[in-house]
Amino acid sequence: MKTNAVNMTEKEYLLPGNRTCPGCALSLAYRHILKALEGRVIVTVPASCLTVLHGMYPVTSVNVPCVNTPFPSTAASATGLVAGLKALGKEGVTVLAIAGDGGTHDIGIQALSAAAERQNDFLYICYDNEGYMNTGNQRSGSTPLGAISGTTPILGKQQNQKDITAIMEAHGIPYVATANASYPLDLYEKVRKAKTIRGTRFIHVFTPCSPGWAFPFSNTIKIGKLAVETGWVILYEVEDGIFRLTSASESIAKRDNLRPLREYLMEQGRFKNITEEQINELQGWVNTRWKRCLDRAVNL
Amino acid sequence: MIFVSKKIAKKASGWILDGNHAAAQGIKLSRVQVIAAYPITPQSPVTETLSEFVERGELDAEYIAVESEHSALAVCTSASIVGARTFTATSAHGLAYMHEMLHWAAGSRLPVVLVCVNRAMGAPWNVLNDQQDSISQRDTGWIQIYTRNNQEIIDSIIQAYKIAESVYVPVMVCYDGYVLSHTEMPVDVPAQKDVDRFLPPYRPHTILDPANPKNYNLVTLANPRVNAEGVLCHGYMELRYLLQEALQNSRETIIRVGQEFGELFGRSYANMFWENRLDDADVVIVAMGSLAMEAIVAADMLREAGHKVGVLGLRVFRPFPKADVIKALKKSRLVVVFDKNISYGLEGATCSEIKSALYGSSVSAVVRNFIVGLGGRDVKARELVDAVNKSLLSVKEGDLNKEYPEWICDI
Repeated sequence: MKTNAVNMTEKEYLLPGNRTCPGCALSLAYRHILKALEGRVIVTVPASCLTVLHGMYPVTSVNVPCVNTPFPSTAASATGLVAGLKALGKEGVTVLAIAGDGGTHDIGIQALSAAAERQNDFLYICYDNEGYMNTGNQRSGSTPLGAISGTTPILGKQQNQKDITAIMEAHGIPYVATANASYPLDLYEKVRKAKTIRGTRFIHVFTPCSPGWAFPFSNTIKIGKLAVETGWVILYEVEDGIFRLTSASESIAKRDNLRPLREYLMEQGRFKNITEEQINELQGWVNTRWKRCLDRAVNL
Repeated sequence: MIFVSKKIAKKASGWILDGNHAAAQGIKLSRVQVIAAYPITPQSPVTETLSEFVERGELDAEYIAVESEHSALAVCTSASIVGARTFTATSAHGLAYMHEMLHWAAGSRLPVVLVCVNRAMGAPWNVLNDQQDSISQRDTGWIQIYTRNNQEIIDSIIQAYKIAESVYVPVMVCYDGYVLSHTEMPVDVPAQKDVDRFLPPYRPHTILDPANPKNYNLVTLANPRVNAEGVLCHGYMELRYLLQEALQNSRETIIRVGQEFGELFGRSYANMFWENRLDDADVVIVAMGSLAMEAIVAADMLREAGHKVGVLGLRVFRPFPKADVIKALKKSRLVVVFDKNISYGLEGATCSEIKSALYGSSVSAVVRNFIVGLGGRDVKARELVDAVNKSLLSVKEGDLNKEYPEWICDI
């Protein structure tokens, strides 16, 4: 039976009253990730907004075991958790490594790439708010072209983001997927599926950031949806090399009604100085990637 | 039979092992459960040998060939958090690359054991021995044990687990690259059943387990803070105090473990340093690692020339045995400290520690410091003798304090 808002487990692992900002998409995504894992999980978290969410000693808002680990070491920490559990003969627990885009695209990519090459048995989730939001919005390897950030304060970023999901797919791991906090059921299903697969599994979750991207916090869901509707984010999964579009991206492809990227960009203050040339460049990037996804998808 | 280690040759009375193979035997006997390491000269044979043990099924452990030393120690800390006994080995740049994780392991109070095969730090590149690497990590909260020969390597590793798992402080066992790591000497390898008697299985203080969810290493404020039940819990400052207290108090455990080891295996380590003819010595040579053996040869030569010379061979550098050092040096009028490291702009680290120990004590010996053996520069007993003679002469001439260390090199 497909999960829906009515039959999803009522049990909460992320308790009310955490330290995230109003309208935090990470908070929403994490809630559904933990529900999908049903508490049979050990989490490892590097320096990130998620560390803030987890609370300050001796109080936490999260009801699953978690270890905080230094910034570059998320995937190595997960490897250690898996190795330790295996050495002790403990089974039936998912090890979840979860880091932001700074901790994944940038400082954590070495450890992550190595763990994926070793096929270490854990689920890695990158929640992507396209910048170092925990340290006050500096540019990361995931910040888009033209976006203003703490370290691209006037001109905006001069380069586009790297495609981390494609990079992870190139490791030949058994499962990679994209997801979006605005589509919690799609995210939930993907985590449920990833849980049953052995080896390194990677899910890239888009999590809009109200203070960092300069949009009203009541617009988080709207921004996340616009990202999918304009093709900035494409919801898909690749299981053993088989590529499927999912959820809204699947319906958009079937109806062929991708909206112009401009509609997504214009809702966010971080793009206030973006040039027409940059918008065109980004639109071209989206078009190329969208076409590649349409070509690859087996479910259209 | 392609992977048969050429270095292991069993003899009737024991084994002939180089330092790296002695270390690997010690790790195997300690029944380590998770090993993570990255290649670096001169450490690599330790982990090569361990991977061989694992692949042969002689050691029931998870072996993780990580992509960096930072990850090696991250694997060990996380494996330790779920309750496994862990090990990594490294040298020089690898240890420096681990720096962040060294703090993390100690701050988490995890009983990880690490072997540091001492090697010079670049730049410029140099793969040979000195102790700059581990000395540079002295403030990370690890217990540091230095060894003088290959027997001490295997014995110290087995003891290291017992110490670490008693006081919940990680232990770094250090030995000189090439001088010990690649030099074969007779080693008595203890029997597994005896080691099992000596070293019980690891009992963690905290285990991450979904049945009892806990958050480990959360952001912790400087001041104490109440938990959900209204109980006041430690702040960051209190946690740091507890780490310092654990190191201060670990002396007792180190000596007890060393004594227990002696009772079972006939080689006692109930000391923080090795004493050689200190009873009547008014001149004391201080050295650490294999240099402490060379110092004994130098002391012999000086004794033949009529000087009352003894050797204090530092074994445990952290915690630093201040009170023991004062006691051991109480008859000395000249202490000559040889350092295979330097705190640039000041002096050798061992010398600073000795001076710090003596401050305010009744010992008023002159302390001389010589920097020797950097980057594998050979240190001859003759040179140590000359340095002591030079010091004696200058003290006689009234030169009591030197602002900076002297170097045994061509400048």
